[in-house]
Amino acid sequence: MKKITLLQMKRNQRGRIIDISGGTALLSRMMSMGLYSGREITKVGQMALRGAVTIKVGRAVIALGHGMARKIILETE
Amino acid sequence: MINKIFLLGNPNVGKSVVFSRLTGVQVISSNYPGTTVGLAKGYLKIGEVKIEVIDLPGAYSLEPNSNAEKVAVSLLKECPRDELAVINIIDSTNLERNLFLTLQLIEEGFPVIACLNMCDEAKHKGVQIDIVKLEKLLGIPVVSTCAVTGMGIKYLIERIKEVKPLILKDKPTHQERWQKIGEIIEAVQSLTHRHHTLREVLEDASIRPISGLLMSVAVVYASFKFVRFLGEFLINNIMDPLFFSLYQPVLERVSLALGKDGIYHHLIIGDLINGKIDFKQSMGVFTTAPYIEFAMVLPYVISFYFVLSLLEDIGYLPRLAVLLDNLLHRLGLHGYAIIPVLLGFGCNVPGILATRVLESKRERFIASTLISIGVPCIPLQAMIFGLLGKFGGYYVSGVYLVLFSILLISGVILNKTIKGYSPEFLVEIPPYRFPPLLVLANKLYLRIKGFLIEAIPIVLLGVLAINILFYLRIFDYLTNSFAWIVRGLFGLPKEAVVALAIGFFRKDVAVGMLMPLGLSAKQLFISATLLAISFPCIATFVILFKELGLKYLIKATLIMISASLLVGTLLNFCIMR
Repeated sequence: MKKITLLQMKRNQRGRIIDISGGTALLSRMMSMGLYSGREITKVGQMALRGAVTIKVGRAVIALGHGMARKIILETE
Repeated sequence: MINKIFLLGNPNVGKSVVFSRLTGVQVISSNYPGTTVGLAKGYLKIGEVKIEVIDLPGAYSLEPNSNAEKVAVSLLKECPRDELAVINIIDSTNLERNLFLTLQLIEEGFPVIACLNMCDEAKHKGVQIDIVKLEKLLGIPVVSTCAVTGMGIKYLIERIKEVKPLILKDKPTHQERWQKIGEIIEAVQSLTHRHHTLREVLEDASIRPISGLLMSVAVVYASFKFVRFLGEFLINNIMDPLFFSLYQPVLERVSLALGKDGIYHHLIIGDLINGKIDFKQSMGVFTTAPYIEFAMVLPYVISFYFVLSLLEDIGYLPRLAVLLDNLLHRLGLHGYAIIPVLLGFGCNVPGILATRVLESKRERFIASTLISIGVPCIPLQAMIFGLLGKFGGYYVSGVYLVLFSILLISGVILNKTIKGYSPEFLVEIPPYRFPPLLVLANKLYLRIKGFLIEAIPIVLLGVLAINILFYLRIFDYLTNSFAWIVRGLFGLPKEAVVALAIGFFRKDVAVGMLMPLGLSAKQLFISATLLAISFPCIATFVILFKELGLKYLIKATLIMISASLLVGTLLNFCIMR
């Protein structure tokens, strides 16, 4: 089990969110979209030059900014 | 007694489509989160009773995390419980995520009915939902619909009267709520495994670095080419023949009957060029004015909105947002700002309204200013194609290149000088969808109708007023006092002052007024660019004032004036021919 940020994950890799290091506002926004500790996600891709990151959560695809992706910490195999 | 129905649900689940079905009020709906930025109201008749229906912007939860959610929550709370019904619209393909809001509504005791929308797509994707079981587990009425085709809407209306306020429950923590959702999903949803379809491969490819950029270049290039092709096709094969072979002979008779020297001839027909009516130069209320709107601008309005509506409904736009997020961050915005910008290419007014999807005032100011400076609306673009096109595509692309550079430079400067920061974006990317042609046609019709209602009266009255002012020689004063700027700095004839001033009312008429001046390619290039950068038209001004307030409007205006002076002068002294 390795702990890495969403930015460090590889494309198509699966992981379980173990922490989101953000303020309450960000946590609450992510929570309502289904991003919370314990949730499994798959990374779809990441754009170059500090670009956006896209992930699959359940049946939805969600895009988030580079800075936000750094705050999501996951556990991977 | 229910007298208000609220439509509430996650972004992009089809609330506006259900709204149109319930009330018959036509609203624009697209395949991306945040199409509805304001409230739409309409009425639904059940038997003899008329009930108000309100379409709320999308919300993921009842916590006010975004501006749209704040609006939705406060409206819900201020209405007495026994007088309202909430239709919670749910995307059936994504039941799990959508149930978060549903459970919150139930916990708060709202009288709610769940509407599982897009059931056809769910079936197609191999998602089966046991509606009866779900109804039992949630304790509220559940119906399944497909709003695009109208399936299930009747049944939804029948069951609205079953809703009643629920007993307040203890609020679980968010984590507990997700756990409960997991259990519900386990019980009611079954998935048939499907192999990856071509559509899914394309969906993924469009948000990966290399394939995504290649796709976006191809999509943007093809869209632009198609807009020009269809626009020109409509002009050459429909509009021009109508005007020249049907309308012109009638007008020639009117012209003869009026006698060519009176004021009425001057107002209605305008000047005769070589003894004949010239639609591009006569400048009469019934000659040049309708020719500009119907034969030069309308064809491009049709072709532009056709392409935009198609891209919207397919769901391509949010993918552009992902690709451009890093670039737009350098301008103090985030990727999602590309959607207001693209809408601005049709008309700046809906573009600036759509900046409501951005959270902070700072972002909205930057986006609105950039749209009014660097994004020419389709009427202006149509006139640029019409006039500059004949000098070569080189000049047309030149205008876009100059505008794009101005947009980038002013964005970077604004980002560096305005205090504050740019929040990051967190947005759902919808799957590709293929809208039924009828839905697309209806949306195109709505937008074209909107354009005609807005443009035609102003253009006809505007040309009338301009002709009267010309006749009374009132423009002479204006022309002479600004001649030094226009001639000295921009290298344009002093008559262009009037055209630039008219740009404040309508950009297409303004370019139209340049037609009789016999400008060179360079002069046309400069004046077209200036019309795009300088003041937006009055409608955009009003929206800027309403959305940003006076202080920001003045700031934006000063930026526009200095940008136009600078760019006009630079272009004049840098371009050789």
